[in-house]
Amino acid sequence: MAEYKRPTTEAEFAANFHPKKPLMSDTEAYYESSRCLYCYDAPCITACPTGIDIPTFIRQINNDNKDGAAKTIYDSNWMGHACGNVCPTEELCEGACVYNHQDVKPIEIGRLQAHATDKVIRSKKKLFITGKPTGKKVAVIGAGPAGVSCACELRMLGHAVDIYEAREKPSGLCVYGVAPYKLTNEEAVDEIAYLQEQFGFNVHYKKPVTGRAELDKLEKDYDAIFIGIGLGGTSALGIPGEDKKGVMGALEFVEELRNKHHATPVGNKVIVLGGGNTAMDAASESCRMGAESVTISYRRGPEEMGAYSFEFDLAKKSGSKALFNVTPVEVLGNGSVTGVKFIRNKAAYGKIEEIPGSEFVEPCDMVLLGTGQGKQVELLKLVSGLTLDQKGRIVVNENYQVDNPKYFAAGDAMNGGVEVVNAAAEAKRAAHGIDQYLKK
Amino acid sequence: MADLRTNLAGIKSPNPFWLASAPPTNSGYQIMKAFDAGWGGAVWKTLGVPVVNVSSRYGAVNYRDKRMVGFNNIELITDRPLKDNLREISEVKKRFPDHAVIASLMVETKEEWHQIVRDVENAGADGIELNFGCPHGMCERGMGSAVGQEPKVLQMIVEWVKEVAKVPVITKLTPNISDITRPARAARAGGSDAISLINTIQSIVGVDIDQFVPYPIVDGKSTNGGYCGPAVKPIALNMVKNCAQHPDVNLPISGIGGVENWRDAVEFILLGATTVQVCTAVMHFGFGIIREILPGLERYMDEKGFKTIDDFRGKALPNIKHWEDLNLKYKVTASINESKCIGCQLCYTACEDGAHQAIALSSDPANRIPSIIDENCVGCNLCSLVCPVEDCITMERRDDGKEHLTWGERTAAGNIPKTFDDPLAGGLHHWVPEPAEALVKKKPKHYKG
Repeated sequence: MAEYKRPTTEAEFAANFHPKKPLMSDTEAYYESSRCLYCYDAPCITACPTGIDIPTFIRQINNDNKDGAAKTIYDSNWMGHACGNVCPTEELCEGACVYNHQDVKPIEIGRLQAHATDKVIRSKKKLFITGKPTGKKVAVIGAGPAGVSCACELRMLGHAVDIYEAREKPSGLCVYGVAPYKLTNEEAVDEIAYLQEQFGFNVHYKKPVTGRAELDKLEKDYDAIFIGIGLGGTSALGIPGEDKKGVMGALEFVEELRNKHHATPVGNKVIVLGGGNTAMDAASESCRMGAESVTISYRRGPEEMGAYSFEFDLAKKSGSKALFNVTPVEVLGNGSVTGVKFIRNKAAYGKIEEIPGSEFVEPCDMVLLGTGQGKQVELLKLVSGLTLDQKGRIVVNENYQVDNPKYFAAGDAMNGGVEVVNAAAEAKRAAHGIDQYLKK
Repeated sequence: MADLRTNLAGIKSPNPFWLASAPPTNSGYQIMKAFDAGWGGAVWKTLGVPVVNVSSRYGAVNYRDKRMVGFNNIELITDRPLKDNLREISEVKKRFPDHAVIASLMVETKEEWHQIVRDVENAGADGIELNFGCPHGMCERGMGSAVGQEPKVLQMIVEWVKEVAKVPVITKLTPNISDITRPARAARAGGSDAISLINTIQSIVGVDIDQFVPYPIVDGKSTNGGYCGPAVKPIALNMVKNCAQHPDVNLPISGIGGVENWRDAVEFILLGATTVQVCTAVMHFGFGIIREILPGLERYMDEKGFKTIDDFRGKALPNIKHWEDLNLKYKVTASINESKCIGCQLCYTACEDGAHQAIALSSDPANRIPSIIDENCVGCNLCSLVCPVEDCITMERRDDGKEHLTWGERTAAGNIPKTFDDPLAGGLHHWVPEPAEALVKKKPKHYKG
């Protein structure tokens, strides 16, 4: 029932992966911004983890002051353009828009935000003046949303910043893990370049920090260190046959897809294991890559899925089916995957119970594991005085400082993996924690 | 079934909707097209000695995404030769004998007036409208609003026209005057059969902030224009009312100013107009808007049981009093329908910053529904006006309706405040916060201070 034809050219890929929130034209932005009611103490602001003054930037768009709109956005959120595209706005600002209570379509805040920031990124207009140099130097590990946000804020506070990035490109999951119909690599990278141009932080690419020796050097060379390393690769499921050809992590699949586009191999019958947002992305993307059938499987019922309902809706609209209350017990196949054996579950007192004898096999030629990302505990364990909680998340105080006072952390490595906007919000506050520490 | 036929001082038309003298009535082609679409009458673009116009003639006031809520022009009267217009008047009348064709005129000398009145009558015009209103271009030459602003001159010219006119004469008034009834009375004194108002208001619609020139721009320069469109309707309604209520005016009225739908027309008629004239709405949307206007008016009249326009003409006039005759004992306060409230809190901030601090927010931030502090509410309506939800905030009557006391009656009884700190001050017992409370009140994030 493939709704999408398998893309064989860049044009076909682009058509199948048409942006979910395409950039607004000036006219559309004008009409849409005209609708904003300009609520008092607006609920959209409260719903935004970075607390952007949304009614003000919308009014600025409406009054033909798009630089001002972009400034308002970046004042609160250094990932303004990425967030305008990838934020789950349905759950945040747009979900809080009072129009929802009137059965009127909420203001398209995400698209308006992307419209304003896109203008300023393209014009390369500098909106900020960095702080008076303090003579202090901060090392930032990871050039993802947390690291870059922290770097921008630190520069506003006058501290020098060097970012150490393991990979070739900045922006972390914005480049390596977000669904391609939400944000293109160019958009993600352009925003970082725009920020770097006016804030003047250094980014050292392909410079992973992995060993104690590197940490020693950072500790010696810098006054403080910010950890924004995010999470690791997809965790293993721990069932037999997981190593067969055709089984891969959903996140790794998304990364491949973002970089190889239509050249990414995708099976005809794809099973996605998991009920989180990455699983939904992988399912939607497999459909768009022309898979004949895409089946999401989840151990519990639909209402208990970790994914946002709109992401599940998108996966269904793209052509995915779903199996609920099933647990995968084995990946079948002789070298290459040929199917997944499931057992059915029933819910009992909040726990799931397997129903004996209910095993069945769902044939497939590709399995995507949406089982969550592992933590990069090896590195973290090398930092003396850094504590991890039971889930492997870095423990910080209200200043985002770890028990070793020289270290600060935010983003997925600290919060366990949430949204870009959360990383941006936390990292900005962490920069102020660092500033306080450096002033002592 | 409603009968829309009208008769303004003897000028008959199948319905009260006329095109005002303006660009849409520049030619017989346009007027035929309008009559064919359903319009009842048309006042021809002002005839006189043809002018030369500038290029770049109109400017607009847009409000957010709504275009042309206000509109101005620096175009003058017709720039076409009189003989062409006269021939077209004849053609239109031949094809539409039952529709009203009124010739708008503007000339200088008595001889010119006599000549042109005869000419348009001979061409078949059903009436004449004297353009004493145009506030730009022509007034500098002693015509248009220069006449409308001088009642004595106005009266004299009306008298000249009436010396020869056989068809009804309408005097069109300029609003660029402090008391509209003065020229209206002069028109009556001069023998005018009807009045029409308002002409456009002297205006600058906006300034190009990069070139430092107002709109519309003519080779880097501009001039004031005449303002019209939906934004001027309230001014027009008030002036129509003033003329309709004045006992010494007592002339049929053709109402003009921002009419674009059936409801606007009803409002003008309720304030005493017999017909209405439309220009800006047609310049914006074309003659086709009549498709909404006519059935809208018919439905309204049928619902109210009005058989003719005369059945409700002026029906609102007895309800318009002087301020001192309003009942001071009447008391309304706002009421919020919680089931309709969407939590925008515009009412709160409007009342808090712009009125009487009579709306409170819940101490629970999750509850965004404000509440009225009844004892502080003066019943000003502001909250109900800013509320984006229909019928969410209503003004509820709180007095028992038994008492009636007006400022006039209190004045007569000597029961009014007379000194600066008079204990009879109306606001004496109204609660207001102490000034310094403004600085300690909790503010939302991003609000300065």
